[in-house]
Amino acid sequence: MDHVIAARAQMGTSLAFHIVFACLGVGLPLLVVAAEAMWLRTHRRAYYDLARTWSKGMAILFAVGAVSGTVLSFELGLLWPVFMRYAGGIIGLPFSLEGFAFFIEAIFIGLYLYGWDRLSPRAHWLTGIPVVISGALSAGFVTTANAWMNMPTGFRIVNGQVTDVNPIAAMFSPPWLVEVTHTTIAAYVLTGFGAAAVCAFALLRRSADDRREQVRAGLTIGMIVATVAIPLQWIAGDVIARFDADHEPAKFASLEAIFHSERHAPVTVGGIVGSDGVRYGIVIPGALSILVAGNPDAEVPGLDRVARNDRPPVAAVHYSFDTMVGSASLLLLVAIVWLVAALRRRELARWLLIGIAICGPVSVAAVEAGWFVTEFGRQPWIARGLLRTTDAVTIAPGLDVQFYGFSLVYVVLAAACWWLLRRVGTKPRGGERRSLSAHQSDTVSATTYPSSPA
Amino acid sequence: MTALEVDAGITLVALTLYVVFGGADFGGGVWDLLASGPRRDAQRDLISNAIGPVWESNHVWLIFAWVALFTCFPLAYADIATYLNAPLTIALLGIVLRGAAFVFRNYTSDNVALARTWTVVFGASSLLAPFFLGDAVGALATGRYAWTSPFALSVGLFDVALCAQVAAVFLVRESADPALRDDFRRRALRATVAVWVIGVIPVLLARTAEPQFFAALTGSTARIAIALAMLLGIVVMVLIARHRDTLARIAAGAEVVAVLGGWFGAQAPQLVPGRYTLASAAAAPAMLEAFAVAAACGAVLLIPSMLYLFAVFKGPGRVPEGET
Repeated sequence: MDHVIAARAQMGTSLAFHIVFACLGVGLPLLVVAAEAMWLRTHRRAYYDLARTWSKGMAILFAVGAVSGTVLSFELGLLWPVFMRYAGGIIGLPFSLEGFAFFIEAIFIGLYLYGWDRLSPRAHWLTGIPVVISGALSAGFVTTANAWMNMPTGFRIVNGQVTDVNPIAAMFSPPWLVEVTHTTIAAYVLTGFGAAAVCAFALLRRSADDRREQVRAGLTIGMIVATVAIPLQWIAGDVIARFDADHEPAKFASLEAIFHSERHAPVTVGGIVGSDGVRYGIVIPGALSILVAGNPDAEVPGLDRVARNDRPPVAAVHYSFDTMVGSASLLLLVAIVWLVAALRRRELARWLLIGIAICGPVSVAAVEAGWFVTEFGRQPWIARGLLRTTDAVTIAPGLDVQFYGFSLVYVVLAAACWWLLRRVGTKPRGGERRSLSAHQSDTVSATTYPSSPA
Repeated sequence: MTALEVDAGITLVALTLYVVFGGADFGGGVWDLLASGPRRDAQRDLISNAIGPVWESNHVWLIFAWVALFTCFPLAYADIATYLNAPLTIALLGIVLRGAAFVFRNYTSDNVALARTWTVVFGASSLLAPFFLGDAVGALATGRYAWTSPFALSVGLFDVALCAQVAAVFLVRESADPALRDDFRRRALRATVAVWVIGVIPVLLARTAEPQFFAALTGSTARIAIALAMLLGIVVMVLIARHRDTLARIAAGAEVVAVLGGWFGAQAPQLVPGRYTLASAAAAPAMLEAFAVAAACGAVLLIPSMLYLFAVFKGPGRVPEGET
């Protein structure tokens, strides 16, 4: 395997794996805290059981998210030392702040997960709040670093040397706000639909008939988060697309597959992307000019304005973009239908449950595809205009072996997670954290229902 | 004090706290692998319960030290990441497998075969990670990144022994069961002897193979720290034997600090001996200052949170103090 390809494959695999756990690590605490709050208000056992079940899932997902995130923080240097040599001293600030946010997250998740029987119900609920906040903050901080890679700012290059470093300006590079918003909302979209999908699946399979109230409550909380998040995500997506049209023309032209600058630029969905145009796509004439400038006569700059060796891999960007938008359309549709059904207080029909269940994997696809758009869309640059990906790679040997090794580990971890989460979710007492020995049973953190919830 | 010195200090403190607390969690994994006797399962439960609530926040010290290194000393960071790619990647593999296997094991304990598999993975990866992190440190000290050299490998071995020692000392006070406490008391004593013996190996190897590092190690600052570490090893043994378990914890922590102090003292102000000093590897002054300010602000949130975590799960009154 080619050296650069191996490095990119390893980084890409690590990110694709981590991003799902990262999103759930941001979103799930909100769901768990909401469920526990409902228990504190209503004293209904179903909410307590729901919070305990989700909290077990959170324990597994957060652990895998934490270690896979560590891999990424190391791989930045292990795979791209030339990049980090430049960038570390410019964009290190948000990473450092993310370190503190991650500290707070890890500390309070320890308190939350292991504090069920050790803290008073109210104190326990309160330990969940810093997890919700710091989770969103860490995602935000890391995303500002990615924003900087799209538009490096906060320094000058004089005679090949980095000078006039301004860490604050680097952290708040032009795309920071649009990217942070879009990425953080994505976490709630994925978690809301993901949790609701699991509950919908359980209702469809009738695998949790002894806990119907709990599963329905889980579906409602998940869908509320998802239904709030998905329209906001459409707005944030529109804003970021307009930003790209103005500031990242190569990415924008690639995601819309505009090869030639033109007036009446069309929106092209799908198709076969060739080296100089798209064939067999669904073409909506003039739509892109209207979207970008509100005027069908407006000219949209195409890839012909970008030097050939500065162009992103158009097909990958375009297909990822279509996947993201297509997935998000389905998510929006299901959210609207659910909202109508929920407001009319109808029993959710079987076809709607099927729709919600499908939204689980679809929301994951949307997040992955969105990530591909921004990463492929930035190529061939690792830091746009500053350093090419091919120039940033390490000289250390054996990257292909590392890639295969880590890929194998990720496959095993994903399978183990899947299997474990299913057990935690499907068996009322399954996957309980139990002691290995009988005479240590006093240390078991079994699900003991508190006698006085408040 | 300059921002450079403050940032170097913060990085070293983060690294030290990682070796003490993160190291103890790895050591717990080592004892999990070596669990034996009639109370084997009880030993493993004790280890699980002891490291469960804290291992993730202890682990963040490593990420923080790594981030501090690339933020404040990017030139040395890029050099280290390039030439220590192999040992760090293996250590990373150990870190991933340890964390995942630990949580998987905890949630599969009603399935004996699976729990056994994850237990083995947990224990083996708890050996792998500290060994190769220690090896990377040894390789760094050579200034040649000679990570396959006997010296570097012996530092890896020493790191594993150190983690196991600290873990055993910490674990004694985690149980209310006298028999279980005695299990870890014996382990703590043996491990401390092992640290003493294994600790001599890198020093002897350095004398012939790494004369420059040996000369620095026997220089004044480092020499005092190493003598202190050896003395504290004896103090730990006495305290453990006399059931002064809380004091033993403090002495074991201090011993690790002294060991690291020996290394820092021998190497400072070199970051990569012969290649980079702290100053020559440093980021721009604006970044060094921004990092110091960010760390000060972060510490205001971090320190009380961390103390609260340890007060809830490790605080006094949780288990009875020793018989004395």
